[in-house]
Amino acid sequence: MSSSLNASIVLAGVGGQGTLIAGKLLGILAMNLGLDVKVSEVHGMSQRGGSVVTYVKIAPEVHSPIIEEGTADFILSFEEVESVRWSKLLKKGGTMVVNTQQIKSLPVLMGQMEYPEGIVDSLKAACGDDANVVAIDALGLALETGTSKATNIVMLGALSNYLGASEEDWNNAIKEAFEAKPKTIPGNLSAFEKGRLAGK
Amino acid sequence: MKKIMLGNEAVARGAYEAGVKFVSSYPGTPSTEITEEIAKYAEVACEWAPNEKCGAEAAIGCSIRGGRSMTCMKHVGMNVCADPLFTASYAGVNGGLVFCVADDPGMHSSQNEQDSRNYARAAKVPMLEPADSEECRAFTRYAFEMSEKYDTPVLIRLHTRVSHSRSIVEVQDATPITIKDYAKNSQKYVMMPSNAITKHVVVEERTRAIASDMASDPENVGMHKIEINDTKLGIITSGAAYQYVKDAIPTASVLKLGVVWPLSEDIIKDFASKVERLVIVEELDPFLETEIKAMGIKCEGKELFTLLGEYTARLIKEKLTDEALPEVAFDASKLPVAPGRPPVLCAGCPHKGLFLALKRLKVNVTGDIGCYTLGALPPMQALDACICMGASVGMAHGFDKATDHEDSKKTVGVIGDSTFLHSGITNLMNAVYNGSHITLIILDNSITGMTGHQQNPATGMNIRLEAVPAVSLEKLCESVGVMPEAIRVVDPVDTFGSEKVIKEELEREAVSVVIARRPCALIPTGRAKKGVEASVDADKCKKCGACGRIMCPALIIGKDGIPMIDSESCNNCGLCVNVCKFNALSKAEE
Repeated sequence: MSSSLNASIVLAGVGGQGTLIAGKLLGILAMNLGLDVKVSEVHGMSQRGGSVVTYVKIAPEVHSPIIEEGTADFILSFEEVESVRWSKLLKKGGTMVVNTQQIKSLPVLMGQMEYPEGIVDSLKAACGDDANVVAIDALGLALETGTSKATNIVMLGALSNYLGASEEDWNNAIKEAFEAKPKTIPGNLSAFEKGRLAGK
Repeated sequence: MKKIMLGNEAVARGAYEAGVKFVSSYPGTPSTEITEEIAKYAEVACEWAPNEKCGAEAAIGCSIRGGRSMTCMKHVGMNVCADPLFTASYAGVNGGLVFCVADDPGMHSSQNEQDSRNYARAAKVPMLEPADSEECRAFTRYAFEMSEKYDTPVLIRLHTRVSHSRSIVEVQDATPITIKDYAKNSQKYVMMPSNAITKHVVVEERTRAIASDMASDPENVGMHKIEINDTKLGIITSGAAYQYVKDAIPTASVLKLGVVWPLSEDIIKDFASKVERLVIVEELDPFLETEIKAMGIKCEGKELFTLLGEYTARLIKEKLTDEALPEVAFDASKLPVAPGRPPVLCAGCPHKGLFLALKRLKVNVTGDIGCYTLGALPPMQALDACICMGASVGMAHGFDKATDHEDSKKTVGVIGDSTFLHSGITNLMNAVYNGSHITLIILDNSITGMTGHQQNPATGMNIRLEAVPAVSLEKLCESVGVMPEAIRVVDPVDTFGSEKVIKEELEREAVSVVIARRPCALIPTGRAKKGVEASVDADKCKKCGACGRIMCPALIIGKDGIPMIDSESCNNCGLCVNVCKFNALSKAEE
């Protein structure tokens, strides 16, 4: 497990779940610690309720902004099915944090496909000792702070257990990321703490 | 000062630092944020133009008058403003003039995969290609100087992965905006044969001069990177592909070109002479490869790499090395199949009710570019054709002509408000002028939706959300000759009412326009109040499934066949209420 901040992190979810903001926050965190960082986003058509992915690469020097098959140190999956969809990106020895939220997509709503049951157990079985799978109810924890919008920050809280940045670094990055909306900062700090405890 | 910026944001920063006076663009993924970011610099005149040609021509005018100016677009937008570009190349500039074009290999949000580098060669203007946000800033800033130095418009080529990636930028102080003196000079700016003949000579000479000057990177902006490592393999590349090359083969020697047109033969020949094997790594067309081969240099390119889609470090590693590829942690055979998650029309989207009406009418639908292009996907599957901005109207006219009006009884064109103003209106004029019987439906959701909610001339607001006169679509259609009685306004949520009106207009032996008007559910005027949602009376529900067929993300059919409303996403539009014959669904009072 990596104790430095150097990492390739995949944020996978559904349009509107806040993966873009989480990616931006990781970018601020890395830059403030003097590291090179790239955050790659998807805009436009896919945002309309589609599957979205944000890549964050932190290292002394980052070239490609894309995280490819078998090269992710971490996957933060904001939705169960999305964790399956993006699972091939995780490298051996990597960690996946899964938010146990389920969002049914159109083929499921139309009855063309079943939403798979027991995804977290399947993930654990499919990686054995080759990876670490951590499941948390990030949406539930976010709602405890008063808004589902903090789900992304709960997920970052869980990730913080595995990255080499101090709690102060994280708190500063949260304050900087939300400086345009200062009222949301206390709630986000609390969401982060909840995620940190749940993801241990 | 260091800041982390999106590539597009950094282009805006570079233009601001260069003292840009004016930016005029039409939105298009992945270029939209450049102009949105420029709008945040209060001293810069910044606007959404109705289309790319308008944006380019306004920028050309500002340049001739002496102000630095820029226009930004997605790759297909370049087609729309190619006309002014090709002749602005001959006229040259006064204030620096930059065209910024964002390509989309892999078609994340586009209808084709064209390679804009071909425009640089065809229009005979230089093209710079940044590979990260810092280069976006520095190259854009330099582009204005280059434009004035060589008296030419300058193209900047972006790429989805450059435009939409954040990386660290070293922000510099801005040069103040200055407006150069303007002196009448018809020989330079009036492009008629006698003047253009002399200018063409200048243009060809300019291209040679730039190619020769750029071999030495005189302005020291880091245009070209020459990295001599292991000389067994040398790679010539540019832009996003450079980043993949560096990840794939860190030991290779690399020539990264910052100016991709015109090419500096001296640098390329020198690099080629230092390496044993030369490979060109470029996405899409063999643009560099063709030119380099024409220089008489032996190299490999598209015999190894595809013409299609985005490249990856993995692909490059696979083609050029014997190294093992990274192993994955999960055994995919032990995982369930993930159901697909295509983009969908949102809860409360006004286009849904309209597409349901078209489905019931079983008409042919010529479509256009916007969120409503998603109407082509299941479950709606309502579009027959979609080509480019504004084409829905022209194609419907073509159906009419092919069948001597017959198919106009069962064909409609659908187009959004912004797209209609972009290039639908000229087609409508043509249809009236040439005696068509088409029925055009304008999906007026009062915003440019797909690109992330930009204002347009019909919304009554400009890019900085200041109130401005709004185009009346009704009056505009009337002014091109559509009869007033053939211009009908419907509420698309009233799907059956809309169907009735469309049916009437299909019968009309003249051009008619149905304006389906309701604001996008994601903008303030279209959004329901918080906590206001439709409700279900389970006792009245007959489980007929009609509400499920509208495929609203806020309406989930339970295992018992009874619908449930997701209060988080319901917009209380009432479409499900309208399709329920048993009054089992009801709208909340607002």
